[in-house]
Amino acid sequence: MTDTNQLPEDNVYNLVVVNAGTSNPSSTAMLAEKTRDCLAQTALEEGAELRVSVIELRDLRPEIGNGLVSGLTSPELEKANETIAKADGVIAATPVFKAEASALFSGFFQLLDRDALIGTPVILEATAGTARHALVVDGSMRSQFAYLRALVVPTSLFAASEDWNDPALTRRIRRASRELWLLMKSRFTRELRSKNWEGYQHDYGSANSGDDIDLNTDLMKLATGGSAI
Amino acid sequence: MQFGIMSVSDVTRNPITGETPSEAERIQAAIAIAKKTEEVGLDVFAVGEHHNPPFFSSSPTTLLAAIAAQTERIVLTTSTTLITTNDPVRIAEEYAMLQHVSGGRMDLMLGRGNTAPVYPWFGKDIRQGLPLALESYNLLHRLWREDVVDWEGKFRTALQGFTSTPRPLDDVPPFVWHGSIRTPEIAEQAAYYGNGFFHNHIFWPTDHAVRLVNFYRERFEHYGHGTKKQAIVGLGGQVHIGKTTQAAFEEFRPYFNEAPVYGHGPTLEQFSSSTPLAVGSVQQVIDKILTFHDSFGDYQRQLFLQDHAGLPLEIVLEQIELLGTEVIPVVRKEIESRRDPESADAPTHESLVNAKYGDEAPRQPRPAANRGDNVTGGSPYIDIAAGDE
Repeated sequence: MTDTNQLPEDNVYNLVVVNAGTSNPSSTAMLAEKTRDCLAQTALEEGAELRVSVIELRDLRPEIGNGLVSGLTSPELEKANETIAKADGVIAATPVFKAEASALFSGFFQLLDRDALIGTPVILEATAGTARHALVVDGSMRSQFAYLRALVVPTSLFAASEDWNDPALTRRIRRASRELWLLMKSRFTRELRSKNWEGYQHDYGSANSGDDIDLNTDLMKLATGGSAI
Repeated sequence: MQFGIMSVSDVTRNPITGETPSEAERIQAAIAIAKKTEEVGLDVFAVGEHHNPPFFSSSPTTLLAAIAAQTERIVLTTSTTLITTNDPVRIAEEYAMLQHVSGGRMDLMLGRGNTAPVYPWFGKDIRQGLPLALESYNLLHRLWREDVVDWEGKFRTALQGFTSTPRPLDDVPPFVWHGSIRTPEIAEQAAYYGNGFFHNHIFWPTDHAVRLVNFYRERFEHYGHGTKKQAIVGLGGQVHIGKTTQAAFEEFRPYFNEAPVYGHGPTLEQFSSSTPLAVGSVQQVIDKILTFHDSFGDYQRQLFLQDHAGLPLEIVLEQIELLGTEVIPVVRKEIESRRDPESADAPTHESLVNAKYGDEAPRQPRPAANRGDNVTGGSPYIDIAAGDE
């Protein structure tokens, strides 16, 4: 975001914005952008560089549909996997349809490498036409991210039509982005993965597991002539 | 390097005529396809194992035995034999019998199977699929190498003084390929025993497949069976060949669109650009197959899925003809010119017999006079070298 090429790599943070908004202009994209700008401002004040990648799920709609029915991983989804696997922080935003996150959004995260988000701090955001959808973020989206073992920040962001006129939304955006920033800045993800990676179950070949294969498991012993008893 | 055809044995409606072949027609077609595979100079015919419609192959050894009787040269194998829901004792018996009746022209590939309901049908628990596969092979390995086996494990009743009959042909067990797309434990088991490792390759990004194959190669070397380059690797693939690119796409598209495994998802164009599926002219198919060699290095066996998705027999036979006469001869030549002299040939019964006995006559087990049981220790066989009797 900022032109701070002189900064050492230690001061660089990768932010990934996943946006499932569909219309243009999109209130979902707008909420994600406001959060991103607020975070960038905070990072700038602390002399850090934020590198932002945006994943527009609308552009991935054929790949998401195909992936869900055929299991085929497209190069586009592979790239999204890699980008998210390297994120220091994620902003994940979706419109709400019929009291659920957009199927595009949940489908994308259903296809995502199961290990890509381990310990990654995430702000969950949703927009909707009515405040009746306010609990979607904490009631259903949060559980999907719990499954992915992501670290969802305490403040979720939800904006119904009327919230855009309310200064409280700006305050919530600031609160959530600071929560995210503190987790990013502490390098929590990096520390967790370096000190406790083997504490989690992994899929072979996943974006974050690299080539590590534990040869000392019971199954590996069984593979080499051992007994299952 | 061996090239061959693998069938999943599906009975699928022909989307153009709207007709579904009968099981009888498809079973006869499989035999015709295998004979064609031999006739055009390919090396291997493989059939899968399934226990539910729309598949016909519940008894691969019976089908392969019939094919063995009607062919002379090709190697018959499976893609795959279910090491989870079959009793390893039955696998040992049935495939040893196939080995005898085919004169050693067989091997087999083991897999866990991907049809969840099959497990309970055979009294197994799918949650135990991987340990079941690993333990069952450990037993199978011994049943073919030890005349008398005492064994106990978690997933099957214990064996006391059990002899699996017939003993393998020439007392040389059938070669085994372990098939897996993403399970390091299976690759490890293949490496531990010095067996082959087969990656289906279809549907899966090549770099994932390469990673697992490389892991197998490293472990093969680790266990002292040879160098990484000498490890025995097989790959799956699929082609559809036309006079022109457009002709190939046009002919294959209606089948692809309706195929249970492909249809209603990515387009044929997407699929053929991002997976090993090769659709196009002879030259394009040759080029695509050679990219497998670029990615994986020297390998020993390449199987193609051809008869599926309701493709009528005449198109399948035509495809095999093109593959055998126009594509593979060029691929063979090119791969031979690139081949690292250190890499191994695909194992055959002859090469395994030679490795075990050299110039000596192979062991021919003959049962001793009937003792009524095998429990009293020692081998139930009298060893007389061939020609000595």
